[in-house]
Amino acid sequence: MELIVNGEPRSLPAPLSVAGLLGELGMTGRRIALELNGEILPRSEFGQTMLSGGDTLEIVQAIGGG
Amino acid sequence: MEADINTSTQANTRAATGAVADPLRIAGRDYRSRLIIGSGKYRDFAENRAALEASGAEILTVAIRRVNLGQHSGEPSLLEVISPDKYTILPNTAGCYSADDAVRTCKMARELLDGHKLVKLEVLGDQKTLFPNVTETLKAARTLVADGFDVMVYTSDDPLVARELEEIGCVSVMPLGAPIGSGLGIRNPYNIRMILENATTPIIVDAGVGTASDASIAMELGCAGVLMNTAIAEAENPVLMAAAMNKAVAAGREAFLAGRMPRRLYASASSPTSGTFFPPL
Repeated sequence: MELIVNGEPRSLPAPLSVAGLLGELGMTGRRIALELNGEILPRSEFGQTMLSGGDTLEIVQAIGGG
Repeated sequence: MEADINTSTQANTRAATGAVADPLRIAGRDYRSRLIIGSGKYRDFAENRAALEASGAEILTVAIRRVNLGQHSGEPSLLEVISPDKYTILPNTAGCYSADDAVRTCKMARELLDGHKLVKLEVLGDQKTLFPNVTETLKAARTLVADGFDVMVYTSDDPLVARELEEIGCVSVMPLGAPIGSGLGIRNPYNIRMILENATTPIIVDAGVGTASDASIAMELGCAGVLMNTAIAEAENPVLMAAAMNKAVAAGREAFLAGRMPRRLYASASSPTSGTFFPPL
């Protein structure tokens, strides 16, 4: 299935949960926040939330800034 | 370590009373330091952390950005180097030019920081000046306050806008002293004074400070604190400048509390004019 992750298209095999995607991206356990199709997805729901083709995700972290 | 960083006066008073003397109170929490610093533009995390320690600041601003999905995903992140357990992390909405983007950024920050409500709202108007878009700032502030955020808000030095932001329920109003990153100092101290006269929340100068005396001037005007990033990060020796800012903010605060002498056009002798053993003039 095709996903848009941080503005870039990615092709990943279904079925895949949000937690599974983070694992694929090497980001398991990292302090991040995530929007799925424009809505915040709480960390507690990463495991049970399944992705569908066409989903758009934004994954953010804290970086240096003023 | 912390006591070493603070001024001896603060440390002594704290030892004597067990409480924080003259704290900066924001959203119900007391801070010893009236300096808030940013985490941008440093060479690396180690320099950032050393500057933070030297500054004595307890609040550190951070930006919220997309994670790097490239090959660097294994590198430590800022919050692994500077712990949210030790410092108050103040996520900003830098780079937002609309209320909607700023609100979205704050929601991401709240999730990132496990329900943390304190945010620095800034909605910018243009890339050249980085002046605030006041209309969008007011709109975002209303939405965020209604959603339960504690909003510290970057704004222009307009006293009427500052008052409106307080009425909306922002926990701190933060007028600019000069454009972000300009280092031009407090360009309009009279506007800052007008804002202070009507203030019901801590007024913190955010942006424009270039060197230690600028920070002292802000504090001598009666500001509750100073927020800065570039003045420290772009100094030739950021850690030394951070130490200077620590003292400058504390000195300015003490001078404000002490109450300065009146300005006079002519001299006023400090030694007695009588009792001289030579004839007076």
